[in-house]
Amino acid sequence: MRNRPGLLRLLLVLMVMSLIAAACGSDSDDDSGGSSDSTKAGSTDSTDDGSGDSTDDSTASGDTIKVGVLHSLSGTMSISEVAVKDAELLAIDEINAAGGVLGKQLEPVVEDGASDWPTFAEKAEKLLTVDKVPVVFGGWTSASRKAMLPVFEGLNGLLYYPVQYEGLEASPNIFYTGATTNQQIIPALDYIKEQGMTDVYLVGSDYVFPRTANKIIKAYAEANGLNIAGEEYLPLGETNVSTVVSKVLDAEPDIVFNTLNGDTNVAFFKELAAKGNTPEKIQTISVSVAEEEIGGIGVDNIEGHLTAWDYYQTTDTPENADFVAAFKEAYGEDRKTDDPIEAGYVAVHLWAAAVEQAGSTDVDAVRARRPRV
Amino acid sequence: MTTTKNEYPDVSSLVDEKPPGEGVVAEADVTRDGYHPSLSDRLKTGWGRRIILAIAVGVLIAGPDLIGDPTRTRQWAEYLCYATVAVGLDLAWGYGGMLALGQGVFFGLGAYSMGMYLSLEQVEPGQLPQFMSLYGDNDKLPLLWRPFEHLWFAGVAAVVVPALVAGLVGWLVFHRRIRGAYFALLTQATALVFWLLLIGQLKLTAGTNGLTNFSEVFGHNKYDPSTPEFLYYLAAGALLVALVVARHTVNSRYGKLLVATRDGEDRVQFLGYDPAKAKTIAFALAAGMAGLAGALSAPIIGIVAPDQFAVLPSILMIGWVAVGGRATIYGPMIGALLVGVLKTRVSESHPENWQYFQGLLFIVVVGFFPGGLAGIWRKLSGAVSARLPARGGSADEPSRAPQTLATSEVAS
Repeated sequence: MRNRPGLLRLLLVLMVMSLIAAACGSDSDDDSGGSSDSTKAGSTDSTDDGSGDSTDDSTASGDTIKVGVLHSLSGTMSISEVAVKDAELLAIDEINAAGGVLGKQLEPVVEDGASDWPTFAEKAEKLLTVDKVPVVFGGWTSASRKAMLPVFEGLNGLLYYPVQYEGLEASPNIFYTGATTNQQIIPALDYIKEQGMTDVYLVGSDYVFPRTANKIIKAYAEANGLNIAGEEYLPLGETNVSTVVSKVLDAEPDIVFNTLNGDTNVAFFKELAAKGNTPEKIQTISVSVAEEEIGGIGVDNIEGHLTAWDYYQTTDTPENADFVAAFKEAYGEDRKTDDPIEAGYVAVHLWAAAVEQAGSTDVDAVRARRPRV
Repeated sequence: MTTTKNEYPDVSSLVDEKPPGEGVVAEADVTRDGYHPSLSDRLKTGWGRRIILAIAVGVLIAGPDLIGDPTRTRQWAEYLCYATVAVGLDLAWGYGGMLALGQGVFFGLGAYSMGMYLSLEQVEPGQLPQFMSLYGDNDKLPLLWRPFEHLWFAGVAAVVVPALVAGLVGWLVFHRRIRGAYFALLTQATALVFWLLLIGQLKLTAGTNGLTNFSEVFGHNKYDPSTPEFLYYLAAGALLVALVVARHTVNSRYGKLLVATRDGEDRVQFLGYDPAKAKTIAFALAAGMAGLAGALSAPIIGIVAPDQFAVLPSILMIGWVAVGGRATIYGPMIGALLVGVLKTRVSESHPENWQYFQGLLFIVVVGFFPGGLAGIWRKLSGAVSARLPARGGSADEPSRAPQTLATSEVAS
């Protein structure tokens, strides 16, 4: 009797240990692989404050160029960000298939930001210092971008950020490839005004983008005679939305301006539909719900509601037809493209083109080339 | 029914009987007949302990050189902060039997104290932190923020405020004899409230984004390659202080009382002690250590955001202690370090599914090794010394080590 649990425990100990060994083992491989050509780079770095020389060293030493891909693969934001990661990897594959950048293949280093801002900062630092990547494609929430900003500025890295944002920020180390408020929210408000809707209800996630967006919306409303019927915020990742939905239904606005992010949207639209609302009664317009999120929300729950974006999967250009076809071929027929996915895809190509023009992956050189891309 | 004195042993026999300098678990061994010293017990003798301590301090000091890379050094500094929290939590949970599921609150109070100072360090005196000029509507520094212009105040507040809050909460709760699962739920609710409060008070706390952009920490450029080393030593110093305080507490008369309270609160009360007081002190000590660690985590992590102090991270803290082994002080420290390293490394090598590994680790440890790493270590070293030339019987050896842990359940 006593032997058997003992044996079981022994097995479990072995399991845990092998797990730990696996983790450490694969890591030390990473380290030795990275450090063999980066220890020297590190020492030169420390003498001149890491002013971007590191990137030159890493490109000079190997046949590949490592590039960082940093999105939330777990947590509340993964519903949106996983697809952006896929698009960026697709772009990297395309560039590699076409011969790479400066004759070298791109090697993506994928990291999980885990919908957690400190993790974004930590992984960004790791990508820049341990992997010594010349560029990182990543982020979705403004909070994650704000967490990464000091890292990219402090270490002189380069971040391509693929999502619409609230503005009021500009960094020499970040390329914002999404829309700003005047390219997304103001046109949406113009449309609302054109349609003759006057009562607007604001619902958003409780962080910087919705707060700032709503500040702008309120200023617009005041100048254009719109009435703000109410303003509600939910913590990011919250799925208990019934109170807010009840308040919205009680207020009976013409339209809900929805700046919710992540999987709160799923709960919000399901609850709206469950309480018997239809777009004919209370319309909504969303700025963080795109093709990718609709699968999670359910088509029935959101059909007829409005969104505002700079790009849709149905955008009618030959380039987009190619992109959509390539994306579906790589990841499956049921997959969709949307604005941030497209922005992430384009970002990789933009960077590659800038590097080709600059003849180097050096951050300062790439930045100087950017306007001519 | 005739005796009154004999039935209730003199308190001194409860408290002073055991040789000083021995951990609780060791006591079970020492008092047993036919005791055969295992490897781990041999290391617990005066010299063994001193050697281990010297090695540990040596490794700690040599840390940055052993790690070699500034990024990794900074990450280790972060783990050291977590270890400090775990050591404190071990006092409350391991020795005091209080399953505190809201330790993130105290960690967060410390972090925000220092975060406020750091935010003000980035701007010229008299100017507002960046986020306030974006979302706030007042052009003067809020009253709450003013004292945090001074480093000394931020440092003291980071430790004292959490300790006071915990002391107050503990005093109220323990006197009402709220314990076990109810206490756990209550602390967890505290973490939830704290999180909602931080998010809701956007103008004061920067909301979900948190305080960030600390490019200047204590006069050093955060991204200078030498800064992580400086921060590492700060964190290592804090951990050593926590270890010394914890050891001292556990070995004191009060420490024995705390353990007695954990194992038989009613009896302690019959003996004329106030169990509420004993528990409050341990809870406040644990909170103070969490606050200290939080204060240092702010410059080390470089961001102070509500999600770091919510319910889930608070449970993770319990996980560190469970993985390391309760009521051992060093166990939780190692548990926190190990879980921290694993989280970083596994999430780098398996970014898509690292969380399964972490979950599996917790399930395996909690489900099958209630004694944690310390329990495994005791068992292994027991097995090793049983193979060594034996001088006494060791037939019942495997069952004896984790006794104190297994019998003292969470809900005491």
